[in-house]
Amino acid sequence: MIDETTSRRAALKCLGVGAGTLFTLSSGVFGAVDLTQAATVTQIGTPLFVQISDTHIGFNKDANPDVIGTLNRSIDMVNALPQQPSFAIHTGDVSHLSKAEQFDTAQQLLKRLRVSELHVVPGEHDVTDGPGTEFFARYGKPSNNKGYYSFDAGGVHFIALVNVMSFKAGGLGALGDDQLAWLKDDLSGRAASQPVVVFAHMPLWTIYEPWGWGTAEGDQLAAMLRRFGSVTVLNGHIHQIVQKVEGNITFHTARSTAYPQPTAGNGPGPGPLKVPPDQLPTMLGVTTVAAVSRTGPLALIDSTLA
Amino acid sequence: MIPKALRHALTAAILLSCAVPAIADPNMVVMKNFDYSPMSLTVPVGATVTWKNLDGEPHTVVSIDGAFRSQALDQNDTYSFTFKKAGTYKYVCSIHPKMMAAIVVK
Repeated sequence: MIDETTSRRAALKCLGVGAGTLFTLSSGVFGAVDLTQAATVTQIGTPLFVQISDTHIGFNKDANPDVIGTLNRSIDMVNALPQQPSFAIHTGDVSHLSKAEQFDTAQQLLKRLRVSELHVVPGEHDVTDGPGTEFFARYGKPSNNKGYYSFDAGGVHFIALVNVMSFKAGGLGALGDDQLAWLKDDLSGRAASQPVVVFAHMPLWTIYEPWGWGTAEGDQLAAMLRRFGSVTVLNGHIHQIVQKVEGNITFHTARSTAYPQPTAGNGPGPGPLKVPPDQLPTMLGVTTVAAVSRTGPLALIDSTLA
Repeated sequence: MIPKALRHALTAAILLSCAVPAIADPNMVVMKNFDYSPMSLTVPVGATVTWKNLDGEPHTVVSIDGAFRSQALDQNDTYSFTFKKAGTYKYVCSIHPKMMAAIVVK
């Protein structure tokens, strides 16, 4: 019989974990563990889902002329997991310019993911036509074209939010009153012991206001989530990992599969960052989320293409 | 020694290559380094304004009151709109709403 710890360690090796970091939460205390040692210090549960973000299909500039290739490599990485997560989320910017052919290409590529479901929220690049016609034609069904909806899986309550449709001129992403009212209703009466995962494209907390890296109603959202024992907030948009823990809430942004962006305030704006070719794979990747226990905090495992 | 005629031709070529679109077309707004330039442009009624994105990141031109809206403009893409009514038209980039500017039509 194969020792469980050994098989988990082997599984982690399959993730290409040399560059990875495992984030764990214990009683609200946040700890980062190098993945090469993770199997010996913590129990990693079955992958619950995988997060892919900012695929930007249609992008073809110097920062990465082959975004299809890097998305394919990201998908291969997920498909090579020894235990497949049951579903995937895409936290937006599926396309670069909201064009039908870009969405079509992305859809064809993402079909290769060995998961039963793909949940997608729009990024601002996906809705540059205003109403998001192309995006919602493909991904609007679960939300009746509103973009925000919730579902339960593996005992966890998942909430998909949209903060790119009613942006505030001059400022941050926004949820809007209708969505906040819906969310209040969705959370009311829900047991505080149920783990909650919230995902949206733009960061749901303010990372860097001058670049619009945040959401106007972030504080209201955090107040609504505070009573829950385990809350994980996942975003994309900034093409790099930034995390924060506030009480029982873990905020975490994912890498892009397409191209990196500068760190906050470093340069004229949040545009594509050109790095030496050998560095690019270390700055692209996906996030795998595992349930450690039924009601406990979730483990976030960031894997790069390197 | 460069002949005089060639020298003049070279000077003209250098001047032309240095000319930015905003100078070539008074009704042009460029998007560069996550800003519109100029940030305020005054034009007569009936004028057509053209926006050109010089950044490697796409931008849009979306008027606050809904009068006009471009598609996502990739690098070197342009968008034009003809202003038929007087007024002040504030607009933003819907991808980077920190980018704000205005067209004043008189």
